[in-house]
Formats: sequence, structure tokens, C-alpha cells
Amino acid sequence: MKEAAPPPWAAPGKLDTIGAWLLALLWILPLAYAVWTAFHPAEYSTRFALFAPLTLDNFRRAWEAAPFARYFLNTTLLVTMILGVQLVLATLAAYAFARYTFPGRGIAFALVLVQLMVMPDILLVENYKTMAHLGLVDSLVGIGLPYFASAFAIFLLRQTFLGIPKELDEAARVEGASALQTLWRVYVPLARPVYTAFGLVSVSFHWNNFLWPLIITNSVNARPLTVGLQVFSSVDQGVDWSVITAATLLTAAPLLVGFLLFQRQFVQSFMRAGIK
Amino acid sequence: MAALHAWLLLLPALVLLAAFTHWPAVATFIDSFFSTPRGSRPGVWVGLENYQVMAEDPVFWKAVTNNLWFAGATIPLSIGLALLMALWVNERIPGRAAVRMAYFTPTVLPMIAVANIWLFFYTPQYGLLEQVTGALGLPSHNWLGNPSTALACITVVAVWKEAGFFMIFYLAALQTLNPSLREAAAIEGASRWTFFRRIQWPLLMPTTLFVLVNAIINGFRMVDHVFILTRGGPDNASTLLLYHLYEVGFKFWDTGYASAISVVLVVTLASVALFQFFVLDKRVHYK
Repeated sequence: MKEAAPPPWAAPGKLDTIGAWLLALLWILPLAYAVWTAFHPAEYSTRFALFAPLTLDNFRRAWEAAPFARYFLNTTLLVTMILGVQLVLATLAAYAFARYTFPGRGIAFALVLVQLMVMPDILLVENYKTMAHLGLVDSLVGIGLPYFASAFAIFLLRQTFLGIPKELDEAARVEGASALQTLWRVYVPLARPVYTAFGLVSVSFHWNNFLWPLIITNSVNARPLTVGLQVFSSVDQGVDWSVITAATLLTAAPLLVGFLLFQRQFVQSFMRAGIK
Repeated sequence: MAALHAWLLLLPALVLLAAFTHWPAVATFIDSFFSTPRGSRPGVWVGLENYQVMAEDPVFWKAVTNNLWFAGATIPLSIGLALLMALWVNERIPGRAAVRMAYFTPTVLPMIAVANIWLFFYTPQYGLLEQVTGALGLPSHNWLGNPSTALACITVVAVWKEAGFFMIFYLAALQTLNPSLREAAAIEGASRWTFFRRIQWPLLMPTTLFVLVNAIINGFRMVDHVFILTRGGPDNASTLLLYHLYEVGFKFWDTGYASAISVVLVVTLASVALFQFFVLDKRVHYK
């Protein structure tokens, strides 16, 4: 963007490098700051000293102050359940859209796409009523149910399945495989990168999701991490920032570690998956 | 027979979609014409009364203006920064992988967690921002407690969170551009700015529109950080539409009125999406 170094364009100008780095530092600052605060005693949370003693005490106190183990379990069960069901349902539906011609296909597909615009998080009031009728308020299934059928997953897999040569399908059928066997043996393996992409996006979305879980849960039994963290940091903790940042990092840690380890896949899957 | 198979394959997904998307959308619309049921007394038809309440609700209008302000600030800022980031990390700058990671990291963090961190930044007296302004000799300021800055604080967090996400799409698009365009421009002696304005920017247009639609939709769905940072306050200075909906529906349990607000949100989001389907898609597909 800067006019720094015109023609020998192979290398970016110095100003570009400096600008890019400054912005990067600014962007990582909040996280770096949280890490600093969480690993140091409270008196250093507002004071930077290079050789301040390191401590894990904040994590211990956060862990003891709220049932984080339970929240972790809930979130883990929740994202696993949602992803599992999403993948199964979306695979079946995508296969129907990609390889069957049947009356009403266009309408059915349009009905699926509606969800891309009207996401369940906007229809809170009605969905809450439904959950109350079903007796699913304050349960993990209640949190997950509205997200089980993912229009986005169906759309993504349908596109992928359409790109798989029909000959493979026919060959499998000639061998005597049923539709479901073909789907399982031919389509699913070939679409593996798309499954990974959707998986990462879905897990990070639901790990981070907040509003719907907040509304539908009211006890420790079903509360996921995000809601637990909010309850934890809003009841007056004597504003002990070190403990709150420790809890904050705990909540974000699995995704953060996953992201650091699988950066490329993360970035590529977000790229591939567009959004949600 | 094949049709039956297909419908059986679709059935589970369609049932759930109907139960949690189609039906609630329709029911929300219907409910918006009924009063809120109280106890054993069911809701009665009140026509447009909920909408009238809405029209006369100053908090609703505050939320609308705030939301427009929020979207109007977040969208250009996050898209502009995303573009700048993508252009930078598309070059061979030293430490490119680290820079890229720094930009993208906020995207994978839970909003509710990062809001906690930002809350501390904004804390009066000893928050980080206060310390910086204090060191510069500026007067102390309660960033989140002051109606004139609360919404701006929320906007900053949203931009920080979104820019890296949109960067990914720009980066992907930049990497598909033909490198010979660049060489040709260099040979012609075009400045980098000209190259950007005449070649990169027009070719990035489809991406910009895609990102724009997502940014608009996010602008009207963003709510998590309001819970942590301000709870809509002070004096509703930072209430956004979805937060107002939450308060009306789940704090005051006025579900009739909440339905009317939901209808407004759904219509807003649906029009953005329809606009994309029918207008933008036609103009942009010029491969």
C-alpha cells in the first residue's frame, strides 16, 4: 500500500515490514498481556517487570473457584455431539441432493439454504419455547439440537459430492454395493478434506458459542465453558484480574493450542469453509 | 423408488431444519401479533400493537442507531484492515508466518474470553489503556462507563476480532491472482499503488463483496462482548439489537414484543442475503 519501494517489486519495502510487524504486535497484544497476567502474581498484573516470578497459582485458584472441570466436560461433549450428528445428517442429505433426481429437489434444497440466512441464534424466543415443551431446557441436547442440521455442511458436502465422478458411483453399484455402502466407501473417503475443514469450523464455532447456551442453561450440569466463564467473571471475584485471565486462558486454551499446532489446516479450513 | 430413498436420506435433516428454523421463523412472525402470555392466560391477538410498542420504545431506537453506528464503523474498518493485512502477508516479509498467525489468532478465541481481556484494558484507574494515557499525561477516563465512548470500545474489539478472519479470504484471493500481471506492471513501470488500484483491487471485488455480506450479517448478530463489556450500558449507550432482543425476551419475558424485534432482525438479515443472491451475484461473476 505504501509507495515505499516501487519497481524491484520482488521484495517488499522496509515500511511494509515495519507496518506489518507493528500491526501484528498490536493484534497479539491482548493475548500476550493475558498470558503475562495469568502466569504472574496479582501484583504484577498492572506492572511489567521482566524478571517477575512465574506462578501457576492463578490457574489453581481459578480451577478451584468454579467447576471448570465440569464445564470442560460439557463443552467437549457438546462439540463432539454436535459435530457427529451434523456430519451424519449432512452426509445423508448432501448425497440425496447430489446423486438423486426426484420431484421437489429444488424446493427442498431452497428450504435448506434458508438456514444460511436465518440462523438459530436469532430465533431464540421460539426455540426456547420448543425446548421447554420438549423438556430439554438446561441439557446438552437442548444446546445442540438447533444446530444438528447444518445447512452449511449440507451445502459444502453437496458441492463436493457433485464433483466426484459418477463412474465411481456406478462402478460401486455394479459391484453390488447399496446406496449407503457406496456413500460410505466412495464418497466419504474422497471428501475427507472437506470433512476436516467443516469439523474445525464447527468445533471452533460451538466451542465459542455463547448466547444460545446462556439462555438455555441455568445450572452447572449443562453449562459450557463460555457461559461458565461469564458467570465466573461477572459474580464479583473481588476483581482479581490474574485469576480471571487465568480462567479466560483455560477456556480458550484447547482451541488456542489446537490452532498453534494445526495452523495451516485451520487457516485453510476457514478459507475453504467460508463462514460458520 | 429412488425418490423415496432420496426423501428418506433427507428426512432427518429436514425435520430438524423445519423444527428449529422454518417453524420458529413462521411462529415468531405469528407471535409478533399476539400479546405475551402471562401465567395461565394465553396471548391474545393484538394486531400491530407490539410493533407500536416498538415504535415508541426509545431503547429500541437507541439499539437501532447504535447498531447502525456499530455496523457502519466495524464493516469498513475491519474490511480495510483485512485487506491491508492480506496485502502485507502476501509479500515475502520476514517472519511472515508469525505475522499471519498474529492476525488470525483472535478469530479462533472465544469472544467471551477475549472480552474479559479487553475489559481489563478498559478498566478505569489501573487498566492498561489508563496507564498508557496516564503516562502520556492525559486525564483519566472511564472508557466503558462513559456513554460517549462505550460503543466505540465495543467496536474496537469487534474490529480486532473480525479483521484477521476476513484477511483469510483476501489472502486466498490474492494467491490466485496471476503473477505475470505483477511482472507486467513492474515492466511498465507502474507504481505499487497503481498496481493495487488498477489491478489487484478490481480483481478482488468478488471477495470484497463476499466479505461485505458476511460483515453486515455479523454486524447485526454480534452480541457476546456486549454481555461482558457493558451490558448495553451506560444508559443503553451500547445496546445492540440482538442484546435488546435478549433483554426483552429473557430478562423481562415479554415474548410478544421480543417476537416483533426478532422479525425486524430476521427481515434485516434476510434482505442482506437476498440482496446478495439476486443483485451482487449477478454483477460479480465475471470470471
